[in-house]
Amino acid sequence: MIRPNRRNSSRPLNGLQKEPTGIPGFDEITYGGLPAGRPTLVCGGAGAGKTLFAMEFLVRGATLYGEPGVFMSFEESNEELATNVASLGFDLNQLEADKKLVLEYVFIERSEIEETGEYDLEALFLRLGHAIDSIGAKRIVLDTLEALFAALPNEAIIRAELRRLFRWLKDKGVTALITCERGDKRLTRYGLEEYVADCVILLDNRVENQISTRRMRIVKYRGTSHGTNEYPFLIDDKGFSVVPITSLGLAHKAPTEHISSGIPRLDTMLDGKGFYRGSSVLVSGTAGTGKSTIGAHFIDAACARGERALFFAFEESQDQIIRNMRSIGIDLEKFIKKGLLKFQNARPSTWGLEVHLAMIHKAISEFSPSVVVVDPITNFLSVGDPIETKSMLTRLIDFLKSQQVTAMFTSLTSGRHELEDSDVEVSSLMDAWLLVKNIEHNGERNRGLYILKARGIAHSNQVREFLLTDGGIQLVDAYVGAEGVLMGSARSSQVAREKATEVDRKLVMERKQRELRHKQELYEAQLVALKGQYETERDAILRELEEENQPQQVRAEQRLEIARLRQADNGEVEMKDNGSTKTQKGTMR
Amino acid sequence: MKTTPSKKLRRPTNGLASQSESDGSRWNLRLYVAGQTPRSLTAFKNLKQICEEYLKGQYYIEVIDLMENPTLARGDQILAIPTLVRKLPQPIRKIIGDLSNTERVLVGLDIQPRSN
Repeated sequence: MIRPNRRNSSRPLNGLQKEPTGIPGFDEITYGGLPAGRPTLVCGGAGAGKTLFAMEFLVRGATLYGEPGVFMSFEESNEELATNVASLGFDLNQLEADKKLVLEYVFIERSEIEETGEYDLEALFLRLGHAIDSIGAKRIVLDTLEALFAALPNEAIIRAELRRLFRWLKDKGVTALITCERGDKRLTRYGLEEYVADCVILLDNRVENQISTRRMRIVKYRGTSHGTNEYPFLIDDKGFSVVPITSLGLAHKAPTEHISSGIPRLDTMLDGKGFYRGSSVLVSGTAGTGKSTIGAHFIDAACARGERALFFAFEESQDQIIRNMRSIGIDLEKFIKKGLLKFQNARPSTWGLEVHLAMIHKAISEFSPSVVVVDPITNFLSVGDPIETKSMLTRLIDFLKSQQVTAMFTSLTSGRHELEDSDVEVSSLMDAWLLVKNIEHNGERNRGLYILKARGIAHSNQVREFLLTDGGIQLVDAYVGAEGVLMGSARSSQVAREKATEVDRKLVMERKQRELRHKQELYEAQLVALKGQYETERDAILRELEEENQPQQVRAEQRLEIARLRQADNGEVEMKDNGSTKTQKGTMR
Repeated sequence: MKTTPSKKLRRPTNGLASQSESDGSRWNLRLYVAGQTPRSLTAFKNLKQICEEYLKGQYYIEVIDLMENPTLARGDQILAIPTLVRKLPQPIRKIIGDLSNTERVLVGLDIQPRSN
């Protein structure tokens, strides 16, 4: 019955060897899985998922790691088990036929049993041993061993036999998973943790605010470190998955690559490059400011680049979003058809926060998008209190960063708060924060957008007006007039006014130029006239001068003639000629 | 081993075999043991005594050693060793232990009504 314990004997001094369960997330929080060759206790209340956890441990072991397993059930028959897990895609009958799994149903009916004298549970050992040996099982599950306490009256014998069983299991070197009910004050109803001291896992299904959340905790794991928090986990159509994202730290890489916001002029505001890849962007604003539309632009741009995108919508259905975005010229449907875009829509109240986180985590792990939009995060406040919500979002952001997923979160700011005070108080976690707001002025509401912060990016500090047009969001030129930033009709009327003034100014200038031209012409004309006049006058004067000159000449000639006639002294004449006319005249007279 | 220690102990048989035991097969009893442990021997001894005393001539005991045939434990859902199974008359009853308490064995086998 007792095989040489190959695993234990061959194990060097490099710590505890672990057996991966293949359950997503679980192996991460335990740094490798369950302790190999040792029994592990899984306890939890009714419906906590013990049986499923155990079954998945076996099925994954058989299918992923080639380790056959034995499932010894004290509660459900083989047929029931097979039916129950068929919905998870586990074909137990096939696994049994392939000799990868043995289902051993142990049925005990208290009313059928009479106890007389001493006994032991050797038959149980034999059955288990036979099942293990028949397929060379490495993993076994005992679900739920405590049924023995209900079925057999002598507790002392059971306890002694359990002690023997666990030692026997260790000697066999099988990795065993023992499920048990949670007790009132103890971990288990019958104190089985006293016997299984290596690893104890607690499964829990708590209901808060009418919403149930499954959680898991490693209570104890001897000989190894492990995550000690409560981790939310999911049971869905693909089985168990644990969300290990409480264990993340601030060790994520910071890529320098940029990623477009999908709105060209917003990119311009962000130093012309957009956001950093892997960063978290918060878009906050009051109702109807276009937060989701900014998100849709972001997704549209990512898909257009051929990247994958995930849209987590907590307010609208997929169809509604597609319809609404089509109205502003964003066609998301074609990307869904191409398989680049996936929607995950759910009302926040459908699940608890942790389950939401787990669902998001799972969806991201499966789809591996490069861009994620969560619209809006504020709705989580209806499920949890602000502290829980913040903690959940912190873990979500950490996870997204570790995956280098660029994420855009929208946040609805209610009227009660300051705009800069995001309701979920996660702004400190965000790398960039766009604030969109309705600016009410002059009897109208206009949409304004500004970048409150953008870590590591030189960004514009302007408040920009944007319009929702047929071609999506259009950032309008910032109009800074004398009265500050103008928006909407005030902006356009101011623009019109300025245009009118401009026209006026032009007219005045034209008029003045015309006037100048006229003046020039006038002066030129006057100049011509004056010139004419001058010439006339000059001619007249010249004529006068000539006339004046002529008699004098004639008189001089006459004088000369007279002198000649008088035969006057030449010198006298000459003298008179050279002297003044007066003298001459006087002399002549 | 006690699979065939006396004329009253037979290997597991089919219906024909038990019929051929004449009316002595009205009580069809099966004792499950695991190896020749002192407890098994005690149980068999006690069972034989009780049968001889209360069911003389109408019983048929079958001893099954699970060490040799572990798969047989599945059929009658045996956990404890030793276990006595009353196959006939119906309904099936199981008595676990070394059968040292005769009164409880008789109650368990429905030979004697419960006294308390």
